[in-house]
Amino acid sequence: MSTSFAKKTPFITRPMIVLFLALGTFPLWGTSVGLYDYLGVEIVIWIIYALGFNLLLGYTGLPSFGHGAFFGVGAYSYGLFQLNVFESVWLAVAAGVVGGAVVAGLVACFISHRRGIYYALMTIAFGQVCWFVSMKWHTVTGGEDGLLNVHRGTLNLLVTDASLKDNADLFYFAFAVLVAVVLILWRLVHSPYGKALQAIRMNQMRAGFVGYNVWLIKWSVFTLSGAIAGLAGGLFAIAQESAYPDVMSLHASGFVVMMTLIGGGFVSFWGPVIGAIVFFVARDFLGSITETWLLWYGLMFMGVIIFKPEGIAGAFQDFVAKRRARVEN
Amino acid sequence: MALFEAIHLHKRFGDQVVLEDISLTFEAGQLSGIMGPNGAGKSTCFNVLTGHYKPNAGKVMFEGKDITGLPPRVIAGMGIARSFQLMNLFDEFTVIENILVALPESVAKSFNIGHDIMGNSSATDRAADVLAKVGLTGRELELAGNLPYGERRALEIGVALASEPRLLFLDEPTQGLGADGTARLEELIGELKKTYSIVIIEHDMKFLFGLADTISVIHWGQVIAQGSPDQLRDNEWVRASKIGDAA
Repeated sequence: MSTSFAKKTPFITRPMIVLFLALGTFPLWGTSVGLYDYLGVEIVIWIIYALGFNLLLGYTGLPSFGHGAFFGVGAYSYGLFQLNVFESVWLAVAAGVVGGAVVAGLVACFISHRRGIYYALMTIAFGQVCWFVSMKWHTVTGGEDGLLNVHRGTLNLLVTDASLKDNADLFYFAFAVLVAVVLILWRLVHSPYGKALQAIRMNQMRAGFVGYNVWLIKWSVFTLSGAIAGLAGGLFAIAQESAYPDVMSLHASGFVVMMTLIGGGFVSFWGPVIGAIVFFVARDFLGSITETWLLWYGLMFMGVIIFKPEGIAGAFQDFVAKRRARVEN
Repeated sequence: MALFEAIHLHKRFGDQVVLEDISLTFEAGQLSGIMGPNGAGKSTCFNVLTGHYKPNAGKVMFEGKDITGLPPRVIAGMGIARSFQLMNLFDEFTVIENILVALPESVAKSFNIGHDIMGNSSATDRAADVLAKVGLTGRELELAGNLPYGERRALEIGVALASEPRLLFLDEPTQGLGADGTARLEELIGELKKTYSIVIIEHDMKFLFGLADTISVIHWGQVIAQGSPDQLRDNEWVRASKIGDAA
């Protein structure tokens, strides 16, 4: 073979370094541009959530419109573990991951033979079931008020303990989790598993005839995505010092879909990251101007879907391609 | 022992009997053809043989093992690959990625999330070899969805070849190809025939008569004739359809 088409996937890429540097230093510069540490915490948590969500939507082409359920289960798992089992941030976060994975794994058993609109409808139905349970099962979930006594706790770092009371400290913890998630997911999407996910998105039938176990792959990616949502939910419970049903509602599930689409999850690994940042900046910026900021955000969403369905990442890729073409000519 | 055998297959959709007592035998190292007019049950037969449909009765045997009703992925894993009549590619993958995902080692590692598939030069070399076989060298980094029709046909066969099959099923490979494309495809399949056992379903008799070692004619859901192209030239049905002249 004269030419090799092998192209190694680097562990660290330039966009990663940019993201880690820009976001990782947020507590140092955020306040000086009028932002605040807690916003950074929210952004990081939702980036994790959206990255996991995009494994399903962008990579495998599976529309999950009830994903808030697993985020919420993660939050409740964190709270319940902390209040009833053991006082440890690590273990409680792990409980969030396991909680999200178990519930998602159960749901996935019922939907993995489906696709398209039926898949979407069933995820909505299961999402609503989880939301309803969280509203009504007072003895466990605290009903509409949620779990109230969750506290931030201290993080055991072997050599020292770090209190998460301060938003900046919590930010660094969440950010470290984000770094791990990004590194792992980046490997994952470039592995045979990641290629199989995309193959299923493009042509599920052919993927089966090539020899892939389509059902099991769909089941596993839904479970994995639920686990990541549970992880994000656990962090959210720390941040909010609470777990409550609202994050499991249909409109909260819609947020992560909108973030992923506006950012450009279908064309880029980084789509959900961009989308989550845009969402929170829009919330704070538009929210400071008008109470009806969601109306304007919704219009923006419609504009993106109509004019640039590939989202912000897609528009950026077009821009780079155009500039490269100009340079070459 | 025959490489592949279908024994007394029946297939109904509701009240409609599509296959009625079909028995077929394909030998290793041969190119076997299935032909018949539109609506004869060729495609259904093909789908039953490759596991897409389950037969209502009868057995399908591959290398002496009963594979009746097994899911397509299991049949694929045993060494049977198929191409599709309607194009069935991974359009947003590049040409070489289409082959890469179909390599047996990629399928075997489908739950290995640490393996860098695009960085594995032995795999990409093998994929490039497959592309050379179907005449797509130089097109490796093109998106499959951007290929012209004839090259998509070739890639369709390439994806099937990628699994290193012991038996290759091709479903109407000349579908939609012009005279030039058909001639090129004939050349390609003539070449593949030297190394693979192949079954082709086809209504272009001229094409099939030029390539096949044995041909089965299916009509009204039954095998109405079987034999070498020479034997079939004198067959009543083939003569009646006047396409025998062309062959």
